[in-house]
Amino acid sequence: MTKSIFLSFFFHILLIVLTAISLPHMLRKPIDLPPVISVELIQISDITNIPYAPKAKKILEKIKKEKERIVSEQAPPKAVKKEKPEAIPLPDDVKKQKKIKTKKQNPKKIDTEIKQASEFEKKELFDPNQIAALIDKSKIKQAETIRKDNKITQSQDKNFTTSSLTLSEEDALKAQIFGCWSIPLGLPYNEDLLVKIKLKLKQDGTVIKSEILDHVRMNTPGQAFYKVLAESALRAVRLCQPLRVPTTGYERWKDLQLNFDANEMLKG
Amino acid sequence: MKNKLFLVILSIVVFFAKNSFALIEVDITRGNLNPLPIAVSSLYVESKTSEALEETDLGAEISKVVETNLLRSGLFNPLAKDSFVQKPDIAHLKPRFEDWKLIKAQALVTGKINIANDKLRVEFRLWDVLAAKEMMALAFTTVPTNWRRIAHIITDKIYKRLTGEEGYFDTRIIYVSEEGPKNQRIKKLAIMDQDGANTKYLTLGNELVLTPRFNPTNQMVTYMSFFRNLPRVYLLDIETGVQEVVGDFPGMTFAPRFSPDGKKIIMSFAKDGNSDIFTMNLETKEVERITEHPAIDTSPSYSPDGKYISFNSDRSGLQQIYVMRSDGSDVKRITFGKGIYGTPVWSPRGDLIAFTKMYKSNFYIGVMRTDGSGERLLTENYYQEAPSWSPNGRVLIFYRETKSGSQGEGFSATLWSIDLTGYNERLIETRTDASDPSWSSLLTK
Repeated sequence: MTKSIFLSFFFHILLIVLTAISLPHMLRKPIDLPPVISVELIQISDITNIPYAPKAKKILEKIKKEKERIVSEQAPPKAVKKEKPEAIPLPDDVKKQKKIKTKKQNPKKIDTEIKQASEFEKKELFDPNQIAALIDKSKIKQAETIRKDNKITQSQDKNFTTSSLTLSEEDALKAQIFGCWSIPLGLPYNEDLLVKIKLKLKQDGTVIKSEILDHVRMNTPGQAFYKVLAESALRAVRLCQPLRVPTTGYERWKDLQLNFDANEMLKG
Repeated sequence: MKNKLFLVILSIVVFFAKNSFALIEVDITRGNLNPLPIAVSSLYVESKTSEALEETDLGAEISKVVETNLLRSGLFNPLAKDSFVQKPDIAHLKPRFEDWKLIKAQALVTGKINIANDKLRVEFRLWDVLAAKEMMALAFTTVPTNWRRIAHIITDKIYKRLTGEEGYFDTRIIYVSEEGPKNQRIKKLAIMDQDGANTKYLTLGNELVLTPRFNPTNQMVTYMSFFRNLPRVYLLDIETGVQEVVGDFPGMTFAPRFSPDGKKIIMSFAKDGNSDIFTMNLETKEVERITEHPAIDTSPSYSPDGKYISFNSDRSGLQQIYVMRSDGSDVKRITFGKGIYGTPVWSPRGDLIAFTKMYKSNFYIGVMRTDGSGERLLTENYYQEAPSWSPNGRVLIFYRETKSGSQGEGFSATLWSIDLTGYNERLIETRTDASDPSWSSLLTK
């Protein structure tokens, strides 16, 4: 009897602890601001057909420099600046810190800096009001967490756990497919003209596998139009590939469902 | 114990839930209506039959007819044959899809022909270039002189497979052929393929003929001609050439049309300045009055299910379009726009009514829903009228007349087609001037 009470108590406690740990992670979903920034103007400029000219080259170089600056801004010097009010370092210490700042090309340190950033974001999600207080602690714990996962972008994405595309990502994809989808004009107006296609994508947007979800309807008597519609949707996907998918967050969109709905176009 | 185990598993699932992602769904609600790029390769002649030069030409001719049909539909963009990399015979066996992708083809048509024992065998395949797979393969056998019809049937099959609706290429058009000066026109009944080929004359031109219409089986035609100087409705058997007057009406009968089952003819009967709508059963010769009104009721047309009739009437003062039940009850006016409306024709799909509208000295061909809403004017011109639907309800054929001088110089009457988008307007070439066209149903169903 006591054994079972003990076991029950133990598992309940375990359950509460696990829930307490996991729930905050689940609550993070709505906060997806960083990925919006990561959509990157660079991606759009790569896709557009601006002719390669000296001017364009200069612009690209500028963008690259800006990128580098952004990375350097995330480097320790800033964090050090924030430490100033807390630690009030001696003149010697300040000099040491300045020396560290100058060693920007040290790859190991850059790695840690980026990792710090991701860890920083993690903490920020936990409690945005105590960011400053968490900086020091994060520095200590960073190394351990980073060792577990060297893929920086993926670890970042996992932290955000956004389960949908951002508006700009979705719009880019839609705009691409709109141009590829030739809607069959002979479809009946009074039928359900929705085709759902599940895609498995490569990181570059190439389609590995496409599957019509309501496949049974293809061979249903009286639904011959559905086959035509589904084939047109598949043609659109094949014609469009590689699809304009985000450059980051592959885990998020590697499986994608496209709902081709001809109702709006044909019924007006 | 089991419950505890379940709880443990559940908690683990919850813990790892953070690492799983819901399937992202993106709604695609818009597309384009651009013509589909299609490559129609020439049909190659098998070695056994290549001795005859005509056969070799036939392969190219059939593909040319298919190509022209597809182009005229406005839904396809046949690609120039000069750009084809692969030869027709090899392409028919196994296309190199990469080659066809290069020229931006999304669909490919290949085929071969074979003539043996005075029988023409035509085989064709439709390929999905992007999916790299065969979509359809069919073969037809007929007499060699019937090759154009085979080309039309192939087009219908391709059209249906790629658009989802029935085609309209294996069809005929009956019309009034016109020759001579404007004030002394010789009008004959003529019949041709929908693309203007194979014209045949059904009457000699001794009497004026107007408004010919096919019956549902395309074997009979009803039209208006003159009998003892009175306009009367006639019936003509296309196969035998036998003509007969419909009914023994003590006045003018005109604007005839078959009921959807082909058993009745609906027409206008005019006497003492009043015109009403009547039907006559072709088997029992029974005549039934449908409308009874002092105004002029004319141009009746059945809905495809036979339950309703549209007609035009000036009972409101100006000529407008009305709809009623097939027994003449429940008459409703459906047009209220500016101008005069006439010649309503119910679409074979049953969703639209085509009409002619006159407004400010211009004529329009338009369509609207059967309740009169959603009026869309497809084309405007100096003079045009008499729309007739293609069997799939996507295209309208009508005729257009040009302005002429006081002596009739510069006058011409031509047939035109336009699809429901209003953008794909095309001239249908005829041997002579032409008017009053009527489209048959599909010859091969």
